[in-house]
Amino acid sequence: MGEKIATRAAYGEALVELAARDSQVVALDADLSSATMSKKFSQTYPDRFFNMGIAECNMMGVAAGLATCGKKPFASTFAMFAAGRAFEQVRNSIAYPRLNVKVVGSHGGLSVGEDGATHQCCEDFGLMRVVPNMLVCCPCDANEMKLAVNALAEYDGPAYLRLGRLAVETVTDAIPGYRFELGKGAVLRPGKDVTIVSVGMMVQMALQAAELLAGEGIDARVIDMHTIKPLDEELLIQAARETGAVVTTEEHNIIGGLGEAVAGCLAAACPVPVLRHGVEDTFGRSGKAPLVLEHYGLTPQAIAEKARKAVACKK
Amino acid sequence: MDQAKLHQLAVTAAKGRLLAMEMVHTAASGHIGGSLSVMDALVELYFDVMRVDPANPKDPNRDRFVLSKGHCTPALYAVLAMRGYFPEEDIKLFRSITAHYSGHPDMVYVPGVDMSTGSLGQGISAAVGMALAGKVDKKDYRVYAALGDGEVEEGQVWEAAMAAAKYKLDNLCALVDVNGLQIDGKTADVMPSEPLDEKFKAFGWNVIPVDGHDFAQLEAAYAAAAAHKGAPTVLLAKTVKGKGVSFMENDAGWHGKAPNDEQYEKAMAELRDALAREEGK
Repeated sequence: MGEKIATRAAYGEALVELAARDSQVVALDADLSSATMSKKFSQTYPDRFFNMGIAECNMMGVAAGLATCGKKPFASTFAMFAAGRAFEQVRNSIAYPRLNVKVVGSHGGLSVGEDGATHQCCEDFGLMRVVPNMLVCCPCDANEMKLAVNALAEYDGPAYLRLGRLAVETVTDAIPGYRFELGKGAVLRPGKDVTIVSVGMMVQMALQAAELLAGEGIDARVIDMHTIKPLDEELLIQAARETGAVVTTEEHNIIGGLGEAVAGCLAAACPVPVLRHGVEDTFGRSGKAPLVLEHYGLTPQAIAEKARKAVACKK
Repeated sequence: MDQAKLHQLAVTAAKGRLLAMEMVHTAASGHIGGSLSVMDALVELYFDVMRVDPANPKDPNRDRFVLSKGHCTPALYAVLAMRGYFPEEDIKLFRSITAHYSGHPDMVYVPGVDMSTGSLGQGISAAVGMALAGKVDKKDYRVYAALGDGEVEEGQVWEAAMAAAKYKLDNLCALVDVNGLQIDGKTADVMPSEPLDEKFKAFGWNVIPVDGHDFAQLEAAYAAAAAHKGAPTVLLAKTVKGKGVSFMENDAGWHGKAPNDEQYEKAMAELRDALAREEGK
């Protein structure tokens, strides 16, 4: 298994590498550059970095204006403020005119830990997914994040990219045949009894859950659905047909996010049991991140339990 | 300002008011009051100040305009049509399901619109972004924006004002259409935003008060803004909401209401008389 790196750290590095190749890339932040890791960009390319202060709504509008002039802005802050506070600016100034702005939300989910509920955004997938024109992406590890940043730079349109705070194991670089494409999920583990569709740091937990299940004779397929929108419906439908049951897992409210996207797709195209795992429509609380995750059941064990139930539903 | 130019601008604005009125009446909806108050400033920009080419609306070196008070689309679309961005007869399609002349400015479908706006407070941020891009690329285009004096109640306007001053965006010139009214009544009653001059000065802006219906003053103010270095400029334009139609002037009730047929005929008669007066000068 690979070393542990936070996806936000990988983002910061990828952005600097990207800027070296593409002079149109600019970055904005709202006084959180040392947390979102856009700081390295600000130090390397000070003329292309704009610290907009603690004013996220204006930052999104400024990013939109820059995009109308051919710039490729990456505007980062915490997920709570990018998708939450500045929601309407993202909708009306960026997504509606389909401007080429990458809205970057760091510290998504409960793994923010100690800062507690005000900063633990478990609603960003939902908020961004319901906006027309928006692409929504949340890579699971450092390798995937770097590939995503490059792909998003090539993608001409508005997108939301969620970054995580915690250092997480790099898993995708060790998967044979793994390749990254926006809008295409990646099968990280084959399986025939149940499919676990995962996103972000729940991908690693899904792989661990599959190991647990393997010991019990349950053969779980694991899909890394890094792009929640547009959803890879083809891959999902195939998995539903071949395994007959689906579990979704996300560091997000089970309302509005990956789970509902998957359920919505399969309800119409290939109805099979779909059990959603994630944050059960509740606010988080302060604590060390691993303890917070455990408190809310974001564990491989809990995913495995959902998978067992899903398999039972087939009978 | 020379008399010939003054005459031409006044005639154009009088025509623009007729077009705006026709748009709102045909659509049976739309925001006529603020469109009539901001009309002269837009005519001054598009027919005198801004370096634009309607045949090349996406020219990267063009001056830009953002209608931050986006609901005054009838004024903007009328001016863009008169300037030649699209046929004047298209104004009949304003707000129609059969076309893309949406209720608020749409940069995707309407030629000449530099930024989609409508949600108040957001356009000025986009204008800041455009000016910032001009600085980064060392281009000499200028960026203009028009806001309402009700709109400045939005906190985002002041976030944008801080950012424009921080980055010394002297290529940015905003105009506040100070007509003193908003939907629910007088701005002084709903949410007092004055003194706007002191507020903008405190935010680091160059402030120029101006009569928003006086082309000579508008021309001089825009020239002074272009000459001012190191800070953005705001024109505080004193205007009359509903300007040019006796029964609409200074009445908040005409913020977002379309005239009925009888009111329309009366308004058009007044506006036609005004046009004839200007043409006869």
